[in-house]
Amino acid sequence: MEAYLQEVGALTMRWVKRLSREKFSMLFTLFQPMVFWLIFFGNLFQRTANPQVVQAPSYIAFLAAGVVVMTILNNGLAGGVDLLFDKENGFLERLMSTPISRTSVIMSRFLFVMTITSLQVLVILGVAYLFGVHPVTGFGGIAVIIFIGLLFGVGLTAISMALAFSVKSHGDFFSMLGFLSLPMIFLSTALVPLPAMPHWMAFLAQLNPMTWAIDAIRPLILTGWSDALPKIGIVVVIMVVFDSLCLWGASRAFRKTLG
Amino acid sequence: MNVPGPSVAFVAPPTIEALHLSKKYPGGTTAVEDISFHVNPGEVFGLLGPNGAGKTTTLRILITVLEPTGGTARVLGMDVVKDAKKVRQAIGYVPQERAIDRFLTGREHLQLLASLYHLPAGAAPARIREVLQLVGLEDKADEVARNYSGGMKRKLDIACGLIPSPKVLFMDEPTLGLDVESRLKIWAHIRELKARGITILLTTNYLDEADQLCDRIAIIDSGRVKAVGSPGELKSGLGGDVVTLTLAPADLGKVETLAQALKSVNGVRAVSTKQNLLDIRVASPAATLPAILTAVNAQGCHLDFVDYHRPRLDDVFLAHAGRRIKDE
Repeated sequence: MEAYLQEVGALTMRWVKRLSREKFSMLFTLFQPMVFWLIFFGNLFQRTANPQVVQAPSYIAFLAAGVVVMTILNNGLAGGVDLLFDKENGFLERLMSTPISRTSVIMSRFLFVMTITSLQVLVILGVAYLFGVHPVTGFGGIAVIIFIGLLFGVGLTAISMALAFSVKSHGDFFSMLGFLSLPMIFLSTALVPLPAMPHWMAFLAQLNPMTWAIDAIRPLILTGWSDALPKIGIVVVIMVVFDSLCLWGASRAFRKTLG
Repeated sequence: MNVPGPSVAFVAPPTIEALHLSKKYPGGTTAVEDISFHVNPGEVFGLLGPNGAGKTTTLRILITVLEPTGGTARVLGMDVVKDAKKVRQAIGYVPQERAIDRFLTGREHLQLLASLYHLPAGAAPARIREVLQLVGLEDKADEVARNYSGGMKRKLDIACGLIPSPKVLFMDEPTLGLDVESRLKIWAHIRELKARGITILLTTNYLDEADQLCDRIAIIDSGRVKAVGSPGELKSGLGGDVVTLTLAPADLGKVETLAQALKSVNGVRAVSTKQNLLDIRVASPAATLPAILTAVNAQGCHLDFVDYHRPRLDDVFLAHAGRRIKDE
């Protein structure tokens, strides 16, 4: 156990060190797009979005939950990128030639992605706060938002890592990410509530776990616990199923690459 | 009662033992087939062969990152499949690619490796200083690796492989793509490691590297071991020196007839041809050269060039693999 903690700790610190030396790429590729969705998209659609339809005091207030989950989605789906580069330049093989538990690399990645995602969720909620979006459930609600985010993130990160281990080239990896991420966003309640969607899109959106995460987080920000609790119950069940499926599918790729 | 037994020399068990290793992929490609060899304690052992011959596959099986589909291998007496984790703890590995994280400093690489080999936190800094000193990288230890030259990256690779104080070090193409000066330095490091009692298995497609650095080599081509022995043994095993005739281009058509004629010359052991070149293996050039020249004249051939040399590893490879290592 002590050895396992030593391995996972050292591997996680490696990701942290890398990030601290890639400040700009971090800032530009991860932080900005999501904050901009909130600031630009939120303000841009302020007048077009009908408060009756979005059921929120402002479009930004409606959008905040969507941007939080979009951040989780994008971070999770990009979670395997560094392993992809490690695989391509031989670093992964070097790690695998050392006497570490075969799961420590994956575990370090989960820990790192989850930590970064939680921090980013806090940043987004902070920016939203500046635009007058004050989560009605307070810090308790924020903790639950992060908890839901982590539940969703585990499955996504597992898919991303499995993909990183399975693809032939990193071009394939990035085109698959693009292929997954945009439809996931549009076929969810991130930008528009279910009743406002065309029927077929609403139907597909209900099959998207992202929708359920957003629908549980939104009342935590806008209305309150009594609205949120039943939806939190549902999303926890959905995420447990989602994560189990993702981990089960990914474990094949993990075993193949990591032995 | 001390009765001298029958004179059995003490033979140390081999440090590495590969027995009938094969690796077939589900797609049907066979990377290696029926590879067997052993490496004695303290040796520098080379797997020599062209790219794609199966050297790296063999090495990856031995360092436990690839499971063989047939055969077994032992490192320090431990099975590379069943005791994989113990093998990993006992060996060092220097990969072929510059497996370097360009955002980390040299020291941070070594700190990471020290943790992965579970060195106690108290012992790690001293060990890291020691390996940095050994490869001569102390001055650059705290610079990020993206600023390193090719030779420095290679040194860091080796330093990483030495962190666990391994009894056996596996090196994949240790000098691939390095300039001459850096190559010589890496060779010096490898000799230094051997002097410290580390057994080294390396892969190479450089004939001079195999010749000058390795105590014994296995020649590998098309996934199979073609010959095993010390470079000296392999060369003398060919039986005699090599006379190479270069025919005038105008006589290109007569190469085969001349080769036939030369085979019946007394003292000629073998003849092989390539375009207008004839490699003739002879017991003694001094005794046979006049007869060879007579045969050339008798066939009415004109020579551009005559050369004779002791067999080189190049000739050994040609004899066992049927082609030259650089004919790719």
